[in-house]
Amino acid sequence: MKREAKLSTRNSSLSAPRSPLRDFLRALWAIVWKDLSAEWRSRELLTAMLIFSLLVILIFNFALELDARARASVTAGVLWVTFAFAGTLGLNRSMATEKDRGCLNGLLLAPVDRSAIYFGKAIGNLIFMFTVELIVLPVYSVLYNINLFRPGLLLVILLGSIGYVAVGTLLSTMAVQARTRDILLPILLFPLIVPVMIAAVKASGGFLQGLPWIEVSTWINLLIVYDVIFVAVAFMFFDYVVEE
Amino acid sequence: MESKPRFLSILDTITAILFVAAVGMVFFYTPLERTMGQVQKVFYFHVATAWVGMLGFMVAAVVGILYLVKNERKYDIAGLAAIEISLVFFFIAIIMGSIWARPVWNTWWTWDPRLTTATIVELIYAAYMMLRQGIEDPDRRARFGAVYAILGFLSVPLTFISIRLLRTIHPVVVGNSDPSAEGSFSMTGPMKTTFFFSLFTFSVLFVDLFWHRVRIGKLAAKVEELRLKISV
Amino acid sequence: MITVKKLVKRFGPKIVLRGLDFEVESGEFVALLGPNGAGKTTFLRILASLSRPAMGEVRIAGYHLPGQASAVRRRLGVVSHQPLLYGDLTAEENLRFYGRMYAVSDLNARIAEVLDMVGLAPRRRDLVRTFSRGMQQRLAIGRAVLHDPDVMLFDEPHTGLDQDACVMLDTVLREVAARGRTVVMTSHDLARAADMASRFDVLSRGKIVASVRRDEMDTTDNLLAFYRDAVQEREA
Repeated sequence: MKREAKLSTRNSSLSAPRSPLRDFLRALWAIVWKDLSAEWRSRELLTAMLIFSLLVILIFNFALELDARARASVTAGVLWVTFAFAGTLGLNRSMATEKDRGCLNGLLLAPVDRSAIYFGKAIGNLIFMFTVELIVLPVYSVLYNINLFRPGLLLVILLGSIGYVAVGTLLSTMAVQARTRDILLPILLFPLIVPVMIAAVKASGGFLQGLPWIEVSTWINLLIVYDVIFVAVAFMFFDYVVEE
Repeated sequence: MESKPRFLSILDTITAILFVAAVGMVFFYTPLERTMGQVQKVFYFHVATAWVGMLGFMVAAVVGILYLVKNERKYDIAGLAAIEISLVFFFIAIIMGSIWARPVWNTWWTWDPRLTTATIVELIYAAYMMLRQGIEDPDRRARFGAVYAILGFLSVPLTFISIRLLRTIHPVVVGNSDPSAEGSFSMTGPMKTTFFFSLFTFSVLFVDLFWHRVRIGKLAAKVEELRLKISV
Repeated sequence: MITVKKLVKRFGPKIVLRGLDFEVESGEFVALLGPNGAGKTTFLRILASLSRPAMGEVRIAGYHLPGQASAVRRRLGVVSHQPLLYGDLTAEENLRFYGRMYAVSDLNARIAEVLDMVGLAPRRRDLVRTFSRGMQQRLAIGRAVLHDPDVMLFDEPHTGLDQDACVMLDTVLREVAARGRTVVMTSHDLARAADMASRFDVLSRGKIVASVRRDEMDTTDNLLAFYRDAVQEREA
């Protein structure tokens, strides 16, 4: 009984007054930091995503004969297909590292809100996605002599990637727990992100052709609506996907 | 073993009668449309099957939410039943659409918003089936299935809007019609009656099939349970 | 410290735990024995708050599961046969990550202390990927005790370890238990369990069918006989 008392005082000092928001942010940051440091070490995921992206662009180059005239209209499509394909590679890999050594259980054992785990993983995935995109853009610019660094296009990439990763993180968490995991993610993900792809391709194309804002804004709004809905939904359902 | 409920047998009969009546109405009651002719008659069942398809996916999303909240097996069985039926009906709707489109739009396939959305929806629920197949643990299978059914259903309107913004040539028959859309027509009295009667018939057909499928699902669960009992 | 009443868990139509009762006093070291498929791992996963019971009551350190899972998780350290470590992080970084997840105060000092305890201080800057299975398992124990939990759960911690690694692991396990912590360990290795535990419970077909204290028996042979009797009685 005496020891019990001692134990409890130790615990109370350990869990001194804490705010839920601070806890949430601390756990979220810990997960992002962990993913980034592990990736900084191995660079496996980013290397794979980048090489794959360049290969896709190369294949498109021959398949579509990207001459100067075709380029202007096709660039947006090529870019987004590349990002979508490379993205599944990253999402799969990022969740597989959690699953393989039981680390997902390690995360779930910690006294943190499940949404912190979701947002931690999603932000990590988003950073990987952005890194690949920010390397692919200049490479593409140089290869095809197009300036892709336009604020409008960057905005589209930001919004499109958020929607993609929000759904992708949730679905990859489901996919890694299935027997058919490697082939499952793209099949689950692609039909759900059709709106993101259409809106992102259209908006990117619009900005690249220098269309006025008014003609592009519909697509931007659609992206924002998609992002808001699916970030909220994924956040709500993540619990059900990891807990038993 | 529990026997087939009496009311289900009655419903079977009613469905059969309604179905025959609907077919009869389509062929003998409705007038021939002026420009499109016979092929226009596919429209009554085309819309009705598509409606049943969407209805099933909606049911699946609703029971999906119920499953996540209440965690009862019957909602999972219902969700799977609804999606299986809808997959078939939606497929039929797409095929009928093609049959109609060939003479009217002069092509089997166009990237029209409804047609394209329908195909994407079909793919979403095919992915749902693949997801279920890949998971052994029945509880997890049910949970993931429910989550995916809800996500899929939520994405449909956005998919439709985004494709619609691209371009449309699909006729809008009910509601505000765009007269410029090729193949549009206004419905006369018998056409309207037949149209709504078909919708009703197929809804009843859905309920009937759904009931059967849920019943089979429950029996399958029972068989599973009994088999476990024997093996223990 | 741990109270479990009438616990039921099923996977679909299959019932794994059938009204299991279980009670552990503070400071006890309970070895949970049982044949494969008896429900040991399932039971431990429920105690670890990773799995929800279908029915029944689970209380750990005064908190209910799954309702007060967060409070329970704070007081719980879990070691499973998987290391739950990241191969591309160093030993130190792994501990730092988990330390942040548990909001451990004075983290650097605590990490050094734990690495010393599990004998990995010299290799703290090496990637876990390069560790042997035994070293990974010791680090896994370090990870589990980092936030100084009151209750420890070990799920077959010896799986996949060679003889030397097992001996080393046992030293660490004893040290963990010696600090007055409550321990529940599943194992199918009777001899190893016999060395450490203060109580032995036999789980068979989803129920605790027998329980005996260490001081009530004199040799390991007795434990084996006791275990066989308990399992056979239940099977019959």
